[in-house]
Amino acid sequence: MTAHDHITADIQENDVVLYMKGTPVFPQCGFSSTVVQILSNVGVKYKAVDVLKDAEIRQGIKEFSNWPTIPQLYVKGEFVGGCDILREMYEADELAPYFAEKGIATQNA
Amino acid sequence: MAMQAGEIEQLIKEAFPDAEIKITDLAGDNDHFAAMVTSSAFKGKTRVQQHQMVYDALKGRMGGVLHALSLQTAPKD
Repeated sequence: MTAHDHITADIQENDVVLYMKGTPVFPQCGFSSTVVQILSNVGVKYKAVDVLKDAEIRQGIKEFSNWPTIPQLYVKGEFVGGCDILREMYEADELAPYFAEKGIATQNA
Repeated sequence: MAMQAGEIEQLIKEAFPDAEIKITDLAGDNDHFAAMVTSSAFKGKTRVQQHQMVYDALKGRMGGVLHALSLQTAPKD
């Protein structure tokens, strides 16, 4: 299975997937940490993929999304953005409505 | 490796001649920047597309020599 196949399977099988450095409990990068915090504030469940554990996924996700940096968030198979975009959406109160529109439950909405 | 703010601005300016660019060196270390870019080229594009256009303008430096560029984009009338 190639990294691309792996990513395709992950984002199809899981409604919300976060590619990040480290884990939600121990993020290894400030940008990943910010996104974990935003998702936790919104109260959405997600699958976290630690790219530091797999060099092929780390490189593969950048090519897959045509996006040079980590973290990256996928919702229902669609690339939503990295840290800056998620922060912008969150601060503009667009993020919870976005999840609602996609039919994904948020606890704190 | 790091990049000068002027170099970032120049690359963006080359790709978007009408762009208004504001670059802030966040940590004073030439390695953590924030950039606000406004250009008419962003009209009708999604946020993801706008950021991808700026990353293209930086010609592969983003995520490489340029570790941290916090980006904000907006269309200009």
